[in-house]
Amino acid sequence: MADLPMMPAQRTRMTTSFFRKHKLLLMPLAFIAPAFAMFSLFVIYPIIQSIGLSFTQWQGIGPKTWVGLNNYRMLFNDAVFWTSLMNNVYWLVLFLLAPVFGLFVALFLNQTVFGIRLVKSLFFFPFVVSQIVVGIIFAWFYDPAFGLLATVLEPIGLDMPPILSDETLATFGIILAGLWPQTAYCMILYLTGLNSVNPEVIEAARLDGAKGWQLLVKIVLPQLRAATFIALVVTIIGALRSFDLVAVMTEGGPYNSSNVLAYYMYDNAIFRYRMGYASSIATVLFLIMNVYIVWFLMRLWNNEKGTR
Amino acid sequence: MFPRPIQETTRARQVMYKVALPVSLVVWLLPMIAIIATAGRSLSDLNYGNYWGIPTEWVFFENFAAVFGSSSIGVYLLNSFIITIPSIIGALFLSTLAGAGLALYRFRGRFFLLALFIAGNFVPFQILMIPVRQLTLDLGVYDSYLGVILFQIAFQTGFCTFFMRNFIAELPFELVEAARAEGVSEWKILIHIIVPLVRPALAALAVLQFTFIWNDFFWPLILIQSDELRPITLGLTTLKGQFISSFNLLAAGSLIAALPPVMMFFAMQKHFIAGLTLGASKG
Repeated sequence: MADLPMMPAQRTRMTTSFFRKHKLLLMPLAFIAPAFAMFSLFVIYPIIQSIGLSFTQWQGIGPKTWVGLNNYRMLFNDAVFWTSLMNNVYWLVLFLLAPVFGLFVALFLNQTVFGIRLVKSLFFFPFVVSQIVVGIIFAWFYDPAFGLLATVLEPIGLDMPPILSDETLATFGIILAGLWPQTAYCMILYLTGLNSVNPEVIEAARLDGAKGWQLLVKIVLPQLRAATFIALVVTIIGALRSFDLVAVMTEGGPYNSSNVLAYYMYDNAIFRYRMGYASSIATVLFLIMNVYIVWFLMRLWNNEKGTR
Repeated sequence: MFPRPIQETTRARQVMYKVALPVSLVVWLLPMIAIIATAGRSLSDLNYGNYWGIPTEWVFFENFAAVFGSSSIGVYLLNSFIITIPSIIGALFLSTLAGAGLALYRFRGRFFLLALFIAGNFVPFQILMIPVRQLTLDLGVYDSYLGVILFQIAFQTGFCTFFMRNFIAELPFELVEAARAEGVSEWKILIHIIVPLVRPALAALAVLQFTFIWNDFFWPLILIQSDELRPITLGLTTLKGQFISSFNLLAAGSLIAALPPVMMFFAMQKHFIAGLTLGASKG
């Protein structure tokens, strides 16, 4: 500010200061209004509507009947709901392997050798591929008749279980497919984080005799806190949102054994026209996610304090 | 640097690393390699059970021609572009405005507004599904490109606003103060000072949004019914049924579907990663 010529501004500032005060209040509103309007119409208001719908019985057309907490009571006694919820827990827990694997891949690739940039991009690019394509590839890997796993296991005398049509294995088969792109995502977050690790601190710790595992845990990881935080948030949200892979690999089957809340909700709304019941499933999922959303916002709020 | 640069270690370790790198890369990309190899495999190979060996002949061209000739994949691809491009433009436009509004002015409730945009972006799609479907029906845009485009613009505006607001808040605020002191109108400050400076952010967002919207499966599934309006993600599930016994063609189709975002990523890699890792390097 001080570097710029101020002379001609002096007069303008005095004459328009009254308007400027209002301008600084009105302009942001005008700037934000279009985005806010669209976002309210398509995101915020529908959330409220969905929660409202969860207290009704509705076929998608015709009248809505208020049923109070009935849908939630039904949920409580619905075995498929519990299976789906449990599967979401499996997703959540096992997806946390993605940040761990991602960190190790990043440490492995954090070198300066010939061609490393290309190698890093090639490691990352599963994330750019559509989940539908990932689902198709993995389903085909798992195929008990002619899949890659069966082809490899057969000569050594092992029988390939039909992963995606096995009630206990199906979910884990899908989660493994999901881990592939998710690990790539976490890896890139950690590579970026490693880039900004302070080399002097590392050298100082090395001089003090720290190495390997100890150096990683005590010195490096604390400096990767930001990357870890983002990796955790995107991984948890990704795990709870899982839909595409389930839809393309098993459609929740066999016998709902690989269902998740997101897909079970869709199934109820689109194929069984139980809009109220579907909304109550969505509301439960929304409430679970809110834990992580609030966590993220609180952290953001703490970072915001002290900034302009 | 952590871990210790490989050049500072023993000769044996360096050789090990140089071997491990390509080996791990091949294992990691096995799914992609398999699908590429299969896209060039002949049907006779598949019929003889040669699913995973070296193909006896490469028939890439024939397979791709067959996919385009016998399915609507060309239409699906075009639909993906028709949906993706206007959605990106719309979301970038709205979020540049909103991001500037949230970053350049102090007013009560601005953090609340920002939080709303961020939180909205994290919600499960299912909590929006039924009302949004109903809304597009009411607006007369159900089963049309416009319905999906409007939703994508609205939804992606959340993330983009967060991104733009952070980017603009990092710009030197003195520029804005100086322009205000000169009596430059707020609108002109946005157009002539802010917009030229946020170009890198716009580029990063554009490539990110391209992959997000291109790869989105859920919203076209909910908002589009006609086969001729389906984007490629949805089209692939149709192809999956159609090519159930000719996996080489399904592989070729999957490859075609994956190609545009992959090309976009490799062409704009720096921007893409800068966008995706926003905040990952802060303390």
